[in-house]
Amino acid sequence: MPGVNRLLVNNIRKSFGTHEVLRGISLDARDGDVISLLGASGSGKSTFLRCINLLEIANDGEIWVDGEQIRMIHKNGKSRPESARQVDRIRSELGMVFQSFNLWSHMTILQNVIEGPIHVLKRPRVEAIAEAEALLEKVGIADKRHAYPAHLSGGQQQRAAIARALAMKPKVMLFDEPTSALDPELVGEVLRVMRALAEEGMTMLVVTHEMSFARNVSNRVVFMREGLIDSSGTPDEMFGGTGSPAFRQFIGHFGS
Amino acid sequence: MDFAFLSSTMVTLLAALPMTLALFICSITLGGLLALGLVWMRTGGNPFLVGFAKAYIFVFRGSPLLIQMFLVFYGLGQFGIIRYSFLWPLLREPFVCAVLSLALCTAGYTAEIFRGGIRAVSPKEIEAARSIGMSGFMLVRRILAPIAFRHALPAYSTEVVLMMKSTALASLVTVWEVTGVAQRLISHTYRTMEVFLCAAIIYLVLNFIILQAMGLLEYYLSRHRRAMPSALKA
Repeated sequence: MPGVNRLLVNNIRKSFGTHEVLRGISLDARDGDVISLLGASGSGKSTFLRCINLLEIANDGEIWVDGEQIRMIHKNGKSRPESARQVDRIRSELGMVFQSFNLWSHMTILQNVIEGPIHVLKRPRVEAIAEAEALLEKVGIADKRHAYPAHLSGGQQQRAAIARALAMKPKVMLFDEPTSALDPELVGEVLRVMRALAEEGMTMLVVTHEMSFARNVSNRVVFMREGLIDSSGTPDEMFGGTGSPAFRQFIGHFGS
Repeated sequence: MDFAFLSSTMVTLLAALPMTLALFICSITLGGLLALGLVWMRTGGNPFLVGFAKAYIFVFRGSPLLIQMFLVFYGLGQFGIIRYSFLWPLLREPFVCAVLSLALCTAGYTAEIFRGGIRAVSPKEIEAARSIGMSGFMLVRRILAPIAFRHALPAYSTEVVLMMKSTALASLVTVWEVTGVAQRLISHTYRTMEVFLCAAIIYLVLNFIILQAMGLLEYYLSRHRRAMPSALKA
């Protein structure tokens, strides 16, 4: 329902060795928000996204998913999650779509999509298959369900990856540069699927370089620079000439 | 070509085939299980376990199998605690000593083969599994092990063939498998060439069967790497 805080992130800090990549990022995502995370490479966008589902462990900060805080232990300058079971459960509620798709190459597309529901969510196989086929239909690759990832184009693989993430019925979807590894002509089919998801009300956090998506589909744009949030606002505010100088310089690289 | 002699030799040698097969199957199975334990220790992260696994692998890869077999067969009986333990009736048997040392040796090689397979797994596919909430044994069973095994299979089939041939060394610790019987036959008939030729043929046939089986397994497990059947093409 609108207004519910699906994701709340407070003051995330992350260093790799002596290099501080995230210097205090805070973000909140309400139900149905589609947030585009923009920034130059090295600004920490992907690291921030990966800190949310604990593929990277933040050195400081708090994360709440649907009101539940991920419990962390900070000791001797090192951080780790308190409960591995909580981490697994929270991860199953956050769907992630990767830049390189990361499909399991030894399984067919259908097997990829049903793997999570059957083994993590313990759904019955028949139900999982039926739902998977519906999802594959929705993203437009139902006829490829018995093919292996290597047989699919990049755009088809990414759509399969989106179906795999959706099969877990996540509360928030995290997209880490979903179209950056695709040929330009395949980008459109993936963006169409993402747009459809957004229009259905999925809460989405998207790291992207696709300005058209940021302008037309998202309802909030966040611009990161050197580990901090430089500015944020609605697409109209940000792209309408009232964004910060750094942001205007950034989008200058992308044409109009 | 003295076919009468060759055929009677074959019959004599084939009578020892069950012993060779028993040595092979027992040592491959035991060695494989030990290797799984070793690989778990080696990749675990606990420094003591990693160190132990590394030392074990070094010792058993770095010394001749024959010497390992002699140490087990002749050496174990020198320790009082073993001679007077409940295991002694088992450990004094040449067959058990042979299987034990074959298994210990293959565990070292197989552990490294499996570790190579694990290293070849794409971390991205592991991350994808973690991102949906998979971890621990489930992650290993469903994602890591199937991919790692496919990478390790060619090297592992080499190791299996080597194990089949290594069973011949058991003849030197008084186990009557094919090579041992062949040596006894030669000591009676002095016809070295023909007898060893027959023995070699037996091993060749066995290894042929093993390699065919491994090849079939590899073919079955690599569907994802072959071209799509035309029925599925868009």
